[in-house]
Amino acid sequence: MTQGGGTNRLGQGIEAMQGGAAGPGVRSRPNAGRLVWWLVFIVGATYFFLPLIGTFAFSLRAQPPLAAYTGILDDAKFFANLTYSFVIGIITIIVSVSILVPTAFWVRLRYPRLRPIVEFITLLPFVVPPIVLVFGLINTYSRPPLPFTHTDLGSSALLVFGYVILSFPYMYRAVDTGLRSMDIRSLTEASQSLGAGWGRIIIQVILPNLRVALLSGAFLTLAIVVGEFTMATFLARPVFAVYLRDVGDVKPYQQAAVALISFGLTWIAMGLISILGRGSRSRVAVVGAR
Amino acid sequence: MAFLTLRGIHKRFGETVAVQDFDLAAERGEFVSFLGPSGCGKTTTLRMIAGFERPTAGTIAIDGADITHRSPNQRNVGMVFQSYALFPNMTVAGNIGFGLKIRKRPRADIDRRVGELLELMHLEGRGGRFPWQLSGGQQQRVALARALAIEPQVLLLDEPLSALDAKIRVALRHEIRAIQRQLGITTVYVTHDQEEALELSDRIVVMSEGRVEQIGTPFDIYNFPSTPFVASFVGTLNAVEAKIVDPAAGRITLSGHAIRTTASLEGSAGDTVMLALRPEMITLQGIDGQPPDNANRVPATVTDIAFLGSVVRVSTTVGEGTAIHVDTFNNPNLAVPPAGSPVILSFPPEACLVLARDAVPQETDALAAAEAML
Repeated sequence: MTQGGGTNRLGQGIEAMQGGAAGPGVRSRPNAGRLVWWLVFIVGATYFFLPLIGTFAFSLRAQPPLAAYTGILDDAKFFANLTYSFVIGIITIIVSVSILVPTAFWVRLRYPRLRPIVEFITLLPFVVPPIVLVFGLINTYSRPPLPFTHTDLGSSALLVFGYVILSFPYMYRAVDTGLRSMDIRSLTEASQSLGAGWGRIIIQVILPNLRVALLSGAFLTLAIVVGEFTMATFLARPVFAVYLRDVGDVKPYQQAAVALISFGLTWIAMGLISILGRGSRSRVAVVGAR
Repeated sequence: MAFLTLRGIHKRFGETVAVQDFDLAAERGEFVSFLGPSGCGKTTTLRMIAGFERPTAGTIAIDGADITHRSPNQRNVGMVFQSYALFPNMTVAGNIGFGLKIRKRPRADIDRRVGELLELMHLEGRGGRFPWQLSGGQQQRVALARALAIEPQVLLLDEPLSALDAKIRVALRHEIRAIQRQLGITTVYVTHDQEEALELSDRIVVMSEGRVEQIGTPFDIYNFPSTPFVASFVGTLNAVEAKIVDPAAGRITLSGHAIRTTASLEGSAGDTVMLALRPEMITLQGIDGQPPDNANRVPATVTDIAFLGSVVRVSTTVGEGTAIHVDTFNNPNLAVPPAGSPVILSFPPEACLVLARDAVPQETDALAAAEAML
C-alpha cells in the first residue's frame, strides 16, 4: 500500500516534470490557459463577424431576398466605379513602386544614415489627414501654371498623386523589409562586377527578389485606394467608395450588399498574396552559407 | 611590364587610414594572395581593384590601362564573394550567363559557355536548379563560374571559402588553384587563413594595419620573414629572449647557452633581443635525427608531449623556464622522450631569426595565436 502510494507520487512527479497533469492545481493551469485562449478567440471572431452577419442579414431584407445583389449586377455604374478605382489603384501602385523601390534601395545601399528621415517622410500620411492633403492639392493645382483640376484627366492624376502619398507608409515598409532580407550590397556588387548598370540591377536583380514584399505593399495600397472616400469626393472622381455612399442614400439594402462584395474583393486580394507568395520563400531567401 | 599594377595606393575613411603606401605589380597569370588579420586593409584593397571603393591616392592599372576611375561595371574584373552573392531569382545557368547576357552575346554562345563552365565546375545537370537547392560548396562553384564566364582580365576572390566547412574548404581550394592554372587568369585572393595563402599563392602580400609588411613567395614569407609581424603571423613560432654577445659575428646567448646565427646583428653586446625559431627547425638530438656539425646545441627538459596527427609537438624548457616547442614528424618508430627527460635541442644557425625585443608576442601567445588560426 505504502509502496504503491510512493510509486504513484513518483509517477505524478515525472508527469509534472514532463509538463503533464500532476495534481488538481497543476492540471487546472493548462486548461485555464486554453479556456482564456478560446474566450479571446470567440470575442475577437464575434467582434469581426457580427457586423458582417448583421450587414448580410440587412441586405436580405430587400424583396425578393437576393434583390440587393442582383440589382448591383444590373447597375452599370457599379462596374464603372469599381473599374475606375482598380485602374487608379494599379496606376498608384506602379508610381509608388517606381518612386519607393529605387529610394529604399539607394538609402539602404549608400545612405543608411538617411533612413530615419525617409521613414519619417513616409509616415507623414498618418499625421497629415487626407482632407488636408486634398485641399493642399486642390489649392496648388487648380490654377496656372498647373491647372490639373480643370480636366478629368488632370483631376485623376491629382487623385493618383494623393494616393501615392497615402500608400507611402505601407509600400515603403514592405519594400524596406524585403530589402532587409537580402544582402543587397553583395548582390549589387556582384551585378556591377558582371557589367550591370543601375537600371538592370534594380529591374533584373532587386525587383524580382522583392516579389512577395511588393505584392504585400501593392495589395495594401489597392485596399486603401478602393476604400478611400475623402480625396475622391473633393476631387469629384467616380470611385467605388463614392458609389457606395450614393447607393446608400437611395438603396440601403443594396449598399449593404456592395459593402459585403467589397469585403469579398479585399479577401480575394489577400488570398492572392498568400497564393502568389507561397513556394517562393526559398527563392526570396538570401542565398548564403548552408 | 606587370599585368596588374597598384601604385602608391592610399585609402582613408574619414579620419581612419585603411590602406597606405600599397604597391604591387602582379604578372599575367599570377596568383597573389592578400594575407593579414581582420582590419588590415586587405579587403579594402581588393574592393579598390574591383572599383567598389575609390582610392584616396594612387593608381590601379590592368594591362597598362589606368582603371582607377572606371566604374565597377566597366572594368572587366570577376569577383567572388564570401557570401556567394548568387541571384536567388535566377537558376544556376541564369546566374552563370548573366554577365554574358549583359554583353549581348548570342543565345547559342551563352548556352555553350554556360555548359563549358558547368562541366569545369563539376556541376553538369545542375544548370536548371536554383541556388537554394545547392550546397554551400556548389553555390561557391557557381559563383566562381559566374565570375569566370565573362572572361575577366583579373579574378578577385574575397575570402571565398570562409563560409564553408573544413573538408569542403580544402577540396575547393585545390579546385580553385587547378582552374586558375588551367585558365592562366591573373588572380587576387583575400584570406586571413595562412594555410590557404601558403598553398594557393605564387606570391603573398602580408598586410598589417593598412601597410604591406612583406611581398614574397610562400617559401620566402615562411622561411625569411622580413618583419617581426610576418614572423609571428605566418606559421608557428618560438620567440624567446636572448642576449647579444658579439653583434658583428651574430653570436647571442639563450639562457646562458651560446648560439650562433648567420647574420651580423644590430645593437651592442649585452642588449636583449628576441630569438625566433620555427618549431620544425629544431631537432631532438639522437631522437629524431642527427644534426649537422655546425648546429647550435641547447640542453632542455621535456615538459609535455602533444600528438597532433602527422606532427608530434614536444614542449621543453631551457634554463630558468624558457619554453621552446619542437615539432617532429610522427612515425611509429619515434621514441618520444617522456616528460621530465633531459634532451638536447639542435638547430642550425640559419634557423635563427633575431628580432628586436618585444617585436613579437611571447612564445606561448604566438603559438596559441598560430594554433588558433590553424
